[in-house]
Amino acid sequence: MKKIEAIIKPFKLEEVKDALADLGIEGMTVSEVKGFGRQKGHTEIYRGSEYTVDFLPKIKIEVVLGDALLEGALAAIVKAAKTGKIGDGKVFVSPVEEAIRIRTDETGEKAV
Amino acid sequence: MLKRNSKLAFLAAILATAAWLANPAAALAQEAPSTTIVAEETTAVVAEEAEEPPPYTSAEQLAEMPILYPKFMIDNLWILIAAAFVLMMHLGFSTLETGLCRSKNTVNVLTKNLFIVAAGILTYAAVGFSLMYPGDSWIAGKFLGFGGFGIGYDPTATDPESVFNKLTPAGYALDMTTWADFIFQAMFAATAATIVSGAVAERVKLSSFLIFATLLVAISYPITGSWQWGAGWLSDMGFKDFAGSTLVHGVGGFAALACVLILGPRLGKYLPDGSIKPILGHNMPLAAIGVFLLFFGWFGFNGGSVLSADPVLVSLVFVTTALAGAAGIIGAMFTSWIIFKKPDLSMSLNGALAGLVGITAGADTVTPTSAVIIGLLAGILVFVSVVVLDRIKIDDPVGAISVHGICGIWGTLAVGIFSFDPEHKLMTQLIGTVSILAFTFIFSLIVFGALKFTLGVRVSEEEENEGLDIGEHGQEAYPDFQPVAES
Repeated sequence: MKKIEAIIKPFKLEEVKDALADLGIEGMTVSEVKGFGRQKGHTEIYRGSEYTVDFLPKIKIEVVLGDALLEGALAAIVKAAKTGKIGDGKVFVSPVEEAIRIRTDETGEKAV
Repeated sequence: MLKRNSKLAFLAAILATAAWLANPAAALAQEAPSTTIVAEETTAVVAEEAEEPPPYTSAEQLAEMPILYPKFMIDNLWILIAAAFVLMMHLGFSTLETGLCRSKNTVNVLTKNLFIVAAGILTYAAVGFSLMYPGDSWIAGKFLGFGGFGIGYDPTATDPESVFNKLTPAGYALDMTTWADFIFQAMFAATAATIVSGAVAERVKLSSFLIFATLLVAISYPITGSWQWGAGWLSDMGFKDFAGSTLVHGVGGFAALACVLILGPRLGKYLPDGSIKPILGHNMPLAAIGVFLLFFGWFGFNGGSVLSADPVLVSLVFVTTALAGAAGIIGAMFTSWIIFKKPDLSMSLNGALAGLVGITAGADTVTPTSAVIIGLLAGILVFVSVVVLDRIKIDDPVGAISVHGICGIWGTLAVGIFSFDPEHKLMTQLIGTVSILAFTFIFSLIVFGALKFTLGVRVSEEEENEGLDIGEHGQEAYPDFQPVAES
């Protein structure tokens, strides 16, 4: 089992979710996050004073899936989330040791 | 606001209305269908009589006068409606201040606004109304008078000659009951103190602020108010402040300035390297709602200040008020757009209020064109003032000093420039503005200064960082992660 953490532009969420659903992926967790990479922040102005916003709003999608689905899912996320401009985000993959479905006590890949 | 003894002055203006009101009544009274000639004669006789109406001393006597009674009812009703409009302004202040402060201080901001309404109305009933409208009971020149505790109208008095048993006291000469007059003025009184609340928000100690606001609204505001609206020395001099650019808004703005100077800026606003870090308001929709509510309430604030439902004056006041508010929005919005390349919403919201404060002193005595100029300049002025005050480290989270203090001065002086009544002189306006604001400023410095050295006026650094909601109230405005118990 693997966990994909994809940090994407907020307005791309719908497309990425649909692309993953098309692959048969049945669940995901989404959070509103803030951060920056090479894109850095931008300057805003409030009541006459300028300030820098370093942390830009992004969406983080977390998906845990079986190893067989990984390649397809990664390709789908990258394709759906790409605009080609700076700030498109990043995707991280990490191994997952165990998963449990609370309602049925199922474990492993059956639980994701 | 019209002077209290000016009934005769506008009586001529109501003659036409009175005659119109009399006509259908007279026609109904005659059993046989009357000819046009008879009706005209009746109208003429009634109009003649209406020039010198007999004095009335009770509601029963008044009701027997078919001409004046409907006018009295309409005037009185309009004042009561206007009073309720002004109460809505407190909701406007509440949401505006909440929106322009951080979420961690929401409960605190709302508590202050709520308390001030209560303190304002109760102290005004106890002493404020009598301090502001002393009648003949002047104590020191025409600078300080006191007509006694309470509202001044005793419905249980039996002596017909007693001033308290008259519908309106002697020399009062208003087409409204004492009660209607009181409640309208009481709603005004709380406004001045509410203005201070926004400027000192996010760091002021609750208990000290409540004491200060109570003293301001109970003592300082009615005393300076008596100088003009209570027929005091400024009124004798020919000073003009229709609904209180200086008497209400300037007073609030300069009390706020004194408090902010003593209190100091919020933590983190001015960095050690000399740069300014803006502290963002947490809810622009609430701020916008507040400004629209204030704009709405202002029709009662200015419109009610005609002190009758005079069709010409109230209509003019509605028009000048709306035009100045609109021009204020444009002034602030486009100034910020030109100077900072983007239209700043919070500045534009301040601009609306700046225009409204600006027109408040002369709403019944300037032309619509002048109203637009006054509002536009107020909108530009508030932008400049907010930026300059920020630079000289006077930290005012909501811009109250600029909106009410600076534009209050502008509005009062503008009467001397734009008024179509040649009696209004710029020099008189200047003397009135300076004396009222100086009194308020010094009063506030002394009271708030005394509080600083006794109770303290500022919360601890730790509390300021954590938010005053937890520190002062032990409550949160937005308890998002409140645990829910399922039974």
